[in-house]
Amino acid sequence: MATYSLTTPLTSEDTKQLKAGDTVLLNGTIFTARDAAHSRLVALIEEGKELPFDLEGSVIYFVGPTPPKPGDPIGSAGPTTSYRMDSFSPTMLKNGSKGMIGKGGRSQEVKDACVAYDGIYFGATGGAGALLGKQIKSAEVIAYPELGPEAVRKITVEDFPVTVVNDTEGNDLYQMGREQYEVKN
Amino acid sequence: MREIEFDVVVKAVRDMIMHCGTDLPQDTYDALEQAMEDEKSPVSKEVIRQLLENANIAKDEKRPLCQDTGLAVFFVNVGEEVRINGGLLRDAINQGTEQGYTDGFLRASTCEPFSRLNLKDTVGYNLPAIIHFDIVKGDKIDIEYAAKGGGSENVSRARVFPPAAGKDGIVNYVKEVISDAGGNPCPPITVGVGIGGTFEKAVISSKHALFRDLETTNPDPEMAELEERMLTEINNLGIGAMGMGGTKTALAVHIEANPCHIASLPVSVNVQCHSSRHTHITI
Ligand code: SF4
Repeated sequence: MATYSLTTPLTSEDTKQLKAGDTVLLNGTIFTARDAAHSRLVALIEEGKELPFDLEGSVIYFVGPTPPKPGDPIGSAGPTTSYRMDSFSPTMLKNGSKGMIGKGGRSQEVKDACVAYDGIYFGATGGAGALLGKQIKSAEVIAYPELGPEAVRKITVEDFPVTVVNDTEGNDLYQMGREQYEVKN
Repeated sequence: MREIEFDVVVKAVRDMIMHCGTDLPQDTYDALEQAMEDEKSPVSKEVIRQLLENANIAKDEKRPLCQDTGLAVFFVNVGEEVRINGGLLRDAINQGTEQGYTDGFLRASTCEPFSRLNLKDTVGYNLPAIIHFDIVKGDKIDIEYAAKGGGSENVSRARVFPPAAGKDGIVNYVKEVISDAGGNPCPPITVGVGIGGTFEKAVISSKHALFRDLETTNPDPEMAELEERMLTEINNLGIGAMGMGGTKTALAVHIEANPCHIASLPVSVNVQCHSSRHTHITI
């Protein structure tokens, strides 16, 4: 298990070196989107319309932050459960996105799309919202403000700690970890 | 008849909500420290270390522990000899909830079931609260509160078994629920198990079981033994912190059991994530 420091946008070269279980410190711009925003973004892709941000090499963070305290760019901001994005993520990866940050297992379709399009599914520590929020240095709503916490935000992160869960070779840390520690009776 | 001013209740509820949003209860903090020590997987150990660091940051800087600040859930025991002056107790609790979530910069997460529209501008900021009332002896009001996040609530389940299912049937069911949940409910979790009663009694008992302090053992030795057995079986699943694989999937299992109908054995499993924000006041 290695530790990497990567800056977005990510390239295939960046993602293909990563293995399930590696730690990555992410830097640069990432975009936030949850269920409601994903369904709108994927609709735009299907209609061939322009997206509110460039998908190429992008990392999408599944998060709905708390309101910021005065003077802070953002409130607490840990990951939400990712399976709710399973039906959308393959389309996002196919159209250039290279990474997703969330928590919890993904469908086989998402894992396959990671292999096909050099994508990575990163796990961030769920419930560590205060700690993760502090690594976000700026935040700006760039689409769907009416969705409140679910709006699309462009955020800048510094050394944002994530773990590689699904890599470009089809490995799954959740499965591997569980097999290793399961006690069968 | 003792009288309590409406505003006193509002303020007390507001304060407990704000406190709970940022300060992890000591029992949970201690249990996580112990789990970090016991955990065999280095990846899961690191996750738990982050959780403790997160709790320290949240407390010191008064930031919400988690961005999912939950729905507000209350169990309220109202003494027969007390009345609220100036309004209804339910309204006071809801007002305190709204103020606590607003003043604490906590997220409003209540929405309509199908339109999914947030209710903050129509019903109120993170309203309505979920309140379970009971009437008890005395002249005090006892309020237990928890902020219940969606991730762990989403994996919770209930079922009415035939009586023949017995203890083995229940243990297997609990294991199945937790196994299917994997890392989604943010382990290390606490598992509330409601056994017996009617269908809804089992569900409410499983929620209430989560309010029990983590250091306590079940006063009923039979249930205490069953809790131990379930805890071991859950930790044998290997799910680990955040599902990354490990030996500490659950911090505790808490059972609340009730007498039930001769024809049925209801069971409910309510899961609580590691961000176990719960507290308790008496007015
Ligand atoms: S399950 Fe708990 S810790 Fe995890 S995101 Fe939800 S509220 Fe936060």
